[in-house]
Amino acid sequence: MSTTAVKQEGPAAVTSTPSVGSHVRDYWRRVRGGDIGALPAVLGLLVLCTVFSILRPSFLSAGNFANLFTQGAAVTLIAMGLVFVLLLGEIDLSAGFASGVCAAVLANVVTVLGYPWYVAVAAAVLTGMVIGTILGLLVAKIGIPSFVVTLAGFLAFQGVVLLLMEEGRNISVRDSVLVAIANRNLPPLLGWALAAVAVAGYAAVQLLRYRNRAARGLVTDPMAVVLARIGGLAVILGLAVYMLNLERSRNVLISSLKGVPIVVPIIAVLLIIGTFVLHRTSYGRHIYAVGGNKEAARRAGINVDRIRISVFVICSTMAAVGGIVAASRANSVDPNTGGSNVLLYAVGAAVIGGTSLFGGKGRVLDAVLGGAVVAVIDNGMGLMGYSSGVKYVVTGVVLLLAASVDALSRRRAAASGSR
Amino acid sequence: MSATPLLELRGIDKSFGPVQVLRDVAFAAYPGEVTALVGDNGAGKSTLVKCISGIYPTDAGQFVFDGRPVNIHSPRDAAALGIEVVYQDLALCDNLDIVQNMFLGREKRSGIVLDEPTMEQMAADTLAGLSVRTVKSLRQLVSSLSGGQRQTVAIAKAVLWNSKLVILDEPTAALGVAQTAQVLELVRRLADNGLAVVLISHNMNDVFAVSDRIAALYLGQMVAQVKTTDITHAQVVELITAGRSGGLGLTGEPATNGNGAAPAGSTTGGVS
Repeated sequence: MSTTAVKQEGPAAVTSTPSVGSHVRDYWRRVRGGDIGALPAVLGLLVLCTVFSILRPSFLSAGNFANLFTQGAAVTLIAMGLVFVLLLGEIDLSAGFASGVCAAVLANVVTVLGYPWYVAVAAAVLTGMVIGTILGLLVAKIGIPSFVVTLAGFLAFQGVVLLLMEEGRNISVRDSVLVAIANRNLPPLLGWALAAVAVAGYAAVQLLRYRNRAARGLVTDPMAVVLARIGGLAVILGLAVYMLNLERSRNVLISSLKGVPIVVPIIAVLLIIGTFVLHRTSYGRHIYAVGGNKEAARRAGINVDRIRISVFVICSTMAAVGGIVAASRANSVDPNTGGSNVLLYAVGAAVIGGTSLFGGKGRVLDAVLGGAVVAVIDNGMGLMGYSSGVKYVVTGVVLLLAASVDALSRRRAAASGSR
Repeated sequence: MSATPLLELRGIDKSFGPVQVLRDVAFAAYPGEVTALVGDNGAGKSTLVKCISGIYPTDAGQFVFDGRPVNIHSPRDAAALGIEVVYQDLALCDNLDIVQNMFLGREKRSGIVLDEPTMEQMAADTLAGLSVRTVKSLRQLVSSLSGGQRQTVAIAKAVLWNSKLVILDEPTAALGVAQTAQVLELVRRLADNGLAVVLISHNMNDVFAVSDRIAALYLGQMVAQVKTTDITHAQVVELITAGRSGGLGLTGEPATNGNGAAPAGSTTGGVS
């Protein structure tokens, strides 16, 4: 406060650019006001990683680090789609088995019918879109609560997977491209190149935005904060790529195993697309509006029904991508693909990452951060030798914890909002 | 002294089934003036506003806007003419910031990307034009605003689109004393900027504080539209409750008033 008072430079000082200190204070005030965003997920991730690496040093090994990505990929992808549905305050309980149905379609087309991999992928994605359209129409046009529609979908799709698998056989997926998605790695150099492109792109976007706003005399974030963001991303990506490029084969003479798993850039690209759609297009703005106040959105001329249908389409389509990755990782599709804990892990990932179950608040990045937390719990507890029973209980408790943080921060925000 | 009205309604009738809500209503709103629309609950204020804003079709009567006869069949028509309504429940999204709310549904874009700097600048200019200094940052969420600030944002949203006629439905109903004063000041400034403002209010103090004219509805009939300086507080209350006051209002033949007006008029008459 005092710093801005000292350097008064005529009338322009009324909207003076905030300093780094005021920026940090502003952020802290928002956090205390209940707008905590992904903070719990990031802190949780740090705590979990520290605890596991102390208890089981193998948790930090390059091999296990790479495993984390491929283990969490399918759940994360499904969670990324779920964020769109959760933003409207709706839920999609069928996303898990929808991914199973799409994986079953994939396996049938590529293995049983013998079409090339891209036809199979297209068929799986198309199946996801059709499923989403049906769910969305039932919710938006008929007016059945999404909970009921997707619970019915949950049961029905479970049956569809069984039917597609001809009563319980499993179908193997041997196509080399499909298997590579979750089991192969990028050449180390390509990993570095992609990371460099990502950082450069992020820097360009941030700096252009800074220059645009400054040129028009609008309030900008301090340059130091902008640079810190870019630097932070560079450090995180650099460390991750370095870890993933370490040799993790037990016997280098037989086969070399290093590089960024191919699913990582796939998730990254979808994350960028999803973030762009939500924050830089009017469609995304309208999703937030409908999630915040449906009546206000309707009065503003937004076609609420179309938005509601579209988010279910996005969710089921992302579930299809998740199903493809799951099929690739397992080299096969069985009647339980997308079943058991997949859906709850996905919902958990979105909520743990900071997406509100009440609608109107959330980012695609939340799903990735939350997906990382879920993957770390699953992986770390597996290394510690706990049974699945314990893992389920712990994940359930973490989900409950995340949901209570969501509810409490909402209350806090409501209290501080009416100040 | 005022020249031609911006909006003039003549002989508006509106029924919902057997219930006639508006009968032969005439109403005018002048540029640069605040016209207060008063009336008791059920007098037809909201119905009249919804007819003007195109939500309800009228049964009979004509609209003259800017000297030309017009037809308003939908909210879109009204918006195209430059008529904006600020409803009592403000229709703002709590989870969006001020700029996002002001441009909701009409975002500025370059290509498919939202043009945030332009929107922020337009919002800032609009708020500056209204001399609004109560909001700290245009990028703060509406959930963090006070009732008066929200009302300000809602009004600024209505003014943003070069609107000519702004209708405010009870803008001060839920506000404290200081905030009410702020909003009324803003209402006055809208008119001073050349807009025609219609203010619906139950609060006589507000009405006398800002309005240039007062139009009183009584059981679906426009009983008087007079300059605020030509009427007293008590007379307006009489017009609202009894439909007449001295030489103003209904010219006492209960038979033509139909079934609804006579008993209600006689009871309130007995009280006063």
